[in-house]
Amino acid sequence: MINAAQVGFGAAILAGVVLAIIGHPGPQDLPAPVTTASPSKPQGFVLKSVSVELPTSDITFPGGAAADAINANCLSCHSAGMVLTQPDLAKATWAAEVDKMIHAFKAPIDQANATAIVDYLSETKGAK
Amino acid sequence: MRKSTTTTRRSFLGQAGAGGLALVSGSAWADTTVELPLPGGPRERALTTAFPQKATMILQRTRPPLLETPFEVFDRGVFTPNDQFYVRWHWAVIPTEIDVASFRLSVSGHVDKPLSLTLNDIVDGLPRVELAAVNQCSGNSRGFSQPSVAGAQWANGAMGNARWMGVRLKDVLDRAGVKPGALQARFAGLDQPVVDGAPKFMKSLALDHARDGEVMIAYAMNGEQLPLLNGFPLRLVVPGWYSTYWVKMLDRIEVLATPDENFWTKNAYLIPDTPGADMTPGQAGVKMVPINRMVPRSFVTNLKDGATIKAGAATALRGIAFGGAAGVKSVDISLDNGVNWRPTMLGSDEGKYSFRQWQTDITPPAGAVTVMVRCTNSDGLAQPKTMNWNPTGFMHNAIESLHLTAA
Repeated sequence: MINAAQVGFGAAILAGVVLAIIGHPGPQDLPAPVTTASPSKPQGFVLKSVSVELPTSDITFPGGAAADAINANCLSCHSAGMVLTQPDLAKATWAAEVDKMIHAFKAPIDQANATAIVDYLSETKGAK
Repeated sequence: MRKSTTTTRRSFLGQAGAGGLALVSGSAWADTTVELPLPGGPRERALTTAFPQKATMILQRTRPPLLETPFEVFDRGVFTPNDQFYVRWHWAVIPTEIDVASFRLSVSGHVDKPLSLTLNDIVDGLPRVELAAVNQCSGNSRGFSQPSVAGAQWANGAMGNARWMGVRLKDVLDRAGVKPGALQARFAGLDQPVVDGAPKFMKSLALDHARDGEVMIAYAMNGEQLPLLNGFPLRLVVPGWYSTYWVKMLDRIEVLATPDENFWTKNAYLIPDTPGADMTPGQAGVKMVPINRMVPRSFVTNLKDGATIKAGAATALRGIAFGGAAGVKSVDISLDNGVNWRPTMLGSDEGKYSFRQWQTDITPPAGAVTVMVRCTNSDGLAQPKTMNWNPTGFMHNAIESLHLTAA
């Protein structure tokens, strides 16, 4: 697609090349953001409706009963992948993460489950 | 990690200008995983083609999607292909169908005339502008934090550069007529939290910044409409600033007469108000401020860490750099741990907010050689030698070192 904006952009690149050839007087002379020379009635760009499917994940946290709380309380908002790829972190860091999920992000997790989740993360991803 | 899933409907938009782009190079073709060189944590990630309008990406999280650009993509030119441009969402309720006829962008709040704009109003009714600009996640490279911090463990691929096309935010705000006393413009998109009462993702900019004539509402990147996961149909473009401000699926602009108190503006994406956003772990009493302007970075893209090159012969080195909130003034390399630096040759200038290629060659004698690469921007800001640290792993930009063996 060719339009006035792209022609303008090309001209700016050309100007940049010329500047490079004749020597760059200083940093202030970097090309300004490029805009159309004639702002009226741009034409020729058509947006099309989009319909897609996003993949889901069926990964659960391993560990049997110890993972019950994290599997039951966390996976409705986010899949497990990013948690499973976290580095080992201090228990206080995990507690702060779970606290953020509950208080900042309003995850409806009761205290017993929150404790179980922090314990699980600390066991499986705790700083050694 | 196993990739679940379903329909692959990738890339129906195609990608202009990528020049016969292969999805992954050479022997990596059959790979289903990649090793990220992260010091502190699991290194293996799945490679995925399961996401719509996306080719091979590094899977950091399926839902809401976190997709990293494979680093070799950055060797192919200064513009990152749309179908390998990284993806980052906060909330999992993301519309999967967008009807261009019924979509509206609202402008409300402290304005003379609230607006409800159609896409036609925007595309055909306002001056069109184009700008090449790097979009980089605040937490790009977080996985290199030492000590480790929580959050998406990105390597260096949570960034990309595109030629954005759209309209000036200023022109939209002027059409609504900002009333005297307005302080900020707040931006929100179509994504929603899963849980009722959770803070909707919104970000604000100071009104002067919003009206600087550079901040854009983009409806195209690299000549095509945006992939849905990169914010179709409209995305805010805030040149030189971290991507947290580049609100995706933008459908709501509110002009505020009082400071924005929403969680994402006030409490999230904060950095220590120190040079380079650097502090020590556990340091108390550090003033925190919203993350803002990007800082310079540079990378070698044609050789990988650990590669063997020929001793006594010229080896080409090339890569990309960006200046952050200013243009690239120079990219220099050092082979002696930063004692001596020599300039590289810069590629064509696509604008001060763009990636810029650099190249040079080295002729090392046999043995180990460490190449350091450093960008200095046109404000005189250079990459630091040591990596910063903060509890959220934001704003990393230390000089990169590439360890090679000449034989």
